[in-house]
Amino acid sequence: MTNTKVHHRATPLPPGAEAPDFELPSTPDQKVSLAEFRGQPVILAFYPEDWSPVCSDQMALYQEVLPEFQKSGAELMGISVDGVWSHLAFAKDRNLHFPLLADFEPKGEVARAYHVYRAKEGTSERALFVIDADGIVRWSYVSPVGVNPGADGILRALENLGKEGAS
Amino acid sequence: MSSTQWEAVLTMPVNEDRDHIQGPADAAVTLVQYGDYECPYCGAAYPIIKEVQARMGERLRFVFRNFPITTSHPHAEQAAEAAETAAAQGKFWQMHDLLYENQRRLRDQDLHAYAQRLGLDVELFDKEMAEHVHSGRVHEDFMSGVRSGVNGTPTFYINGARHDDSYETETLLAALEQATTVRGRGK
Repeated sequence: MTNTKVHHRATPLPPGAEAPDFELPSTPDQKVSLAEFRGQPVILAFYPEDWSPVCSDQMALYQEVLPEFQKSGAELMGISVDGVWSHLAFAKDRNLHFPLLADFEPKGEVARAYHVYRAKEGTSERALFVIDADGIVRWSYVSPVGVNPGADGILRALENLGKEGAS
Repeated sequence: MSSTQWEAVLTMPVNEDRDHIQGPADAAVTLVQYGDYECPYCGAAYPIIKEVQARMGERLRFVFRNFPITTSHPHAEQAAEAAETAAAQGKFWQMHDLLYENQRRLRDQDLHAYAQRLGLDVELFDKEMAEHVHSGRVHEDFMSGVRSGVNGTPTFYINGARHDDSYETETLLAALEQATTVRGRGK
């Protein structure tokens, strides 16, 4: 169950900050950049590692909720420091149909840019960002590494984008 | 911290007319479970809930809502629909128990056999299953769970607040007992 081991959580890039652009491989021959999604909301889900039990539950849940995310026109992307081949095998095994980006080389560079890298462990935090159509962070959250943060925070953040009528 | 914090609470209140409920409406404490019939952790929780119900008796109201994670469990959705289809014929809990007692046998023909065993109108059962008559209800349960911060199965709520501790028998019982005293004091 919940691992309550004390761990100092990072403070993620806050709402209002410009989301750092990046270009990362999603497959061995494809790259995805944040800039190409300008004009629609983006959900970035940083997670520590492929295959670890909590990550798998979390990503399975997001796959299940994906149609709800898409109602807001949002694009969902998972990011970890694992390489593309691990991501491919993981996505295939767990039936995940959204991009998993490899923050692999230089290792964790994007996680660092979003202030969610855990240098000691060499992985990222379990962190969520909702970025609006103009590339601005509108919501960010770091969950304890052993705790699946669920999807309610993301849905609420996406709804708030709509309410504020930013785009 | 600059990030948003929130409490995970049940966003869709328990409704005596809508929900599948065991125990009296005025019980001292209400336990809501979001569960998946194919999830092994829910299978492990199943006898624990039975034990907790036996020990608390009429002081506990237990509510079950569907949370099938089909990405991981290919038979979970049809199993959930089978329980709802049985519910339409007044046998939700009987089907619920059969599903958890036979978690590894949830193929269509298995569900059909359970409907037969429970003495349901099997023709109607098969028709409603084929037409997914109760999929909307399952989805409504699922989304109410997502909105309430369900982050995996099983997830429990005690008097509307998410139970983030273990669901091992003694821990769960202690949390339920604690909730009865808190509520008692409030009265």
